[in-house]
Formats: sequence, structure tokens, C-alpha cells
Amino acid sequence: MTAGTQPAGLVADHLRCERGGRLLFADLCFAVAPGDALLLTGPNGSGKTSLMRVLAGLLPARAGRIFWQGRDTIEEPAPWRRALSWLGHDNAIKPQLSVAENLAFWSRLSLPGHSVSEALEEVGIGHLADLPASMLSAGQRRRLALGRLALTRGGCWLMDEPTVTLDTASLTRLAAMIARHRADGGIAVIASHDVLDLPGAQALDLGALDQGILEPATS
Amino acid sequence: MNAFLAIIARDLRLATRRGGEAALTLGFFVVAITLFPFGVGPEPELLGRIAAGIIWVTALLAATVSFDRLFRADMDDGTLELLALQPLPLELVVLAKAISHWLLTGLAVTLLAPLMGLMLNLPGAAYGPLIAGLLLGTPALSLLGGIGAALVLGARRGGALIGLLVLPLFLPVLIFGISAVEATLIGMPLTPHLLILGALLAVALPVGSFGTAAALRLALE
Repeated sequence: MTAGTQPAGLVADHLRCERGGRLLFADLCFAVAPGDALLLTGPNGSGKTSLMRVLAGLLPARAGRIFWQGRDTIEEPAPWRRALSWLGHDNAIKPQLSVAENLAFWSRLSLPGHSVSEALEEVGIGHLADLPASMLSAGQRRRLALGRLALTRGGCWLMDEPTVTLDTASLTRLAAMIARHRADGGIAVIASHDVLDLPGAQALDLGALDQGILEPATS
Repeated sequence: MNAFLAIIARDLRLATRRGGEAALTLGFFVVAITLFPFGVGPEPELLGRIAAGIIWVTALLAATVSFDRLFRADMDDGTLELLALQPLPLELVVLAKAISHWLLTGLAVTLLAPLMGLMLNLPGAAYGPLIAGLLLGTPALSLLGGIGAALVLGARRGGALIGLLVLPLFLPVLIFGISAVEATLIGMPLTPHLLILGALLAVALPVGSFGTAAALRLALE
């Protein structure tokens, strides 16, 4: 399929992923329109993180294609890279830098839609801006990592377990942050075990898909 | 360009905040060179004859011990996977990191080399070609060493493995670095040797950045 035949937003077309001889998912299709959100659920090991990494382009899919705004993300990675914001398991925080310096580095790497101080306020650690990142608690570190996403306006957020180590107040703040992002026309793909308030979000249960050990190919 | 400079600036700032790291490489360079007069005896004639070789080989070893830190911290804290997803191509990210690595090791070693030459009774005419050779050769080391550093990211303790992987790659740089000094000492022209070192750097530029980026993508899968 060529550009233009796919709807706007993020589209997965018959994705297949295998890890270590196990089939995680096959023929997985979904479409997330601008302003929409997709919540990935499923038990541990069901392939949520692998799907996230396939979508981001860190892990090649065994089959299938991913489209961003109608363009194949592998053949034309540039528009996808500009739109993509990744939140992985690791927070990518340098303890030697201050909270604001950590965020300022990432804001220089892409075209930010919001300033560093705005992003820090949004995740509720504006008052900690000048503190060395090594002083932060686990929850505050996660909020600083979320602050990286708060820098962006629009685009697509891929969030792998964003709620880990967050307290209840921060969960509410995260839900508001995602709502603001969606109101800006952004897309959020979220893998989480926690209950997040995502009105109108699609849900995809990876645990309900066909999975299993791959048969060795008979040759 | 802004993103490219941001990576260099961040690496230099991290190195100064962490303090000892760049000093560690230089310390290794100085201490290892200091061992030679004890090992081969303190005769100025003999030391002067092998001084350039000692400085070059030790510079290679000092660069090698620093490669383990090139990507390890960024890999462990998740920075690397984020860098791989930025609009800036990973090849340029690698190039930026090689430049900051060179500023912290290769350039520093080059600046210290005259002092080491003085200690080892390096002949006066050899200083120029030694410094010029190091200036052209050490950036190639930073570029090629990145390949080894990226390849061993999957291994828990890859430090010694990097040496095995990259030291053979350094051989051409060493050969022409030394031949530049030797040629000057016997009155032959210096330029051809420096041109070859420049050519090696020109080869290391694409090989190092594309090779390292490919190895990093594998490590991130």
C-alpha cells in the first residue's frame, strides 16, 4: 500500500512478532486516530513491551507494517521519528545533571512544543528544577521521565508502564496530561496494569490473542 | 546541528561532573609510560630510540580502556534507546559521541605527549611528527573503537573483549604514526605519512559511524 491509502494516525497492519522461539502475536491490526488512545493490557510476558518496541522501530516485526499518517514507518522513518515520544521501562535520567538540565537536553534533540519549565509544572516537579536528579525519589524520577513527553505537542506517545512507582495524585495528573495531549490531536499508546482514566480509549488485550511455541519448520 | 552539539555538550558536562573519568584515561597513559624506564633500563640512548613507539602504543591502550564507558551508562539507564529514536540519525549520534570521546581522551593524550617525550628523551626532531600523527590518528581510534564498544554491550563484562576487537583495527594507525616519526628522523619527507593517516581517518569516519550505529541497533533489539 502506498501513502494516502491509510487513514491518519497510527495504523498497524498484520503485525507479527516472535521472541525466543515463542509467537507473541500474529496478524495484529489496529488503527488509532488523532486524539485517540489505545490501552494495551495482558498478563506479564504477553508481549506488551515487544509490541511497543516494534511500534517504535527498536525491534523489527517478523511480518506486517506500521503506518504513521499514511506513511510506512520503516521505509520513511523521518516523520515517525519526529512525531514519536518514547517512555520505556528505564527513565533515561542522568543523576549528575539537575532536573531541568535533564529535560533541557531532550528538548534540544527534538522540536519541543512546550518549554522545560512548562513540562516540569505539568508533571508537578517544577519546584525541583534545580535539584540534582540523583536526589529524586523513584516516583519523582518517573515524573521527570514523563516530563520528556510533556515537552511535545501532538505526535504519538508510546508509554510502557507509565504508572510504575507513581502515587495516586500523580496518576490523576498523568490522566490529565494524556487528556491534554489527546485534545491537542495527539495519540497515546499505553501499556499498563493500572486503572487509568482514559475516556473513549480503545483497549487491546494481548493475553486474548493466539500465542504459543512455534512449530519447528519442516524442511 | 543543534541536536548534534547538544549530545557533545552533554557528554562533556557529564564527564566534568563525574570528575575522575577523563583523568582516569590520562592517569593510565602517564603511569604506563612511566613504567618503561623501569622495565627497559634508564639509558637515555635506548629510551630515546623507542620513545615514539612507547607513546603511540600507550596511547592506543589508554584509548582502549576508555571505550567500555562510551555507551555502557547510556545503555543501562535507557538513554541509548531514546537516542536511537530521535529525529537525528543514529549515525550522527555516534559521531557526536566519538567527538566528545576524542576531546576527552585523544586530544588530552596528544597534549600530554610532549611532556612524556621529554621524560623519555625523545629526539628533538621527532616532536612535530609525533604530535601531528597523534592529532590525525587518535580521532580514527575514537571512531573505530566505538564499533567494539557497541558490539560488547550485550556482554556483562565486555571491557577486555573490546581490546581484542579493536586493537587489530588500530594497527594501520600505529604503523603510519610511527613511520611518520621514523621518516623525519632519517631525513625523509613527512607529508606522505601524514596523508596516509588522514586517509585512514577519512575511512574511519564512515566505517566507524555506520558500523557503530549498526552494532547499537542490534544491541537494542
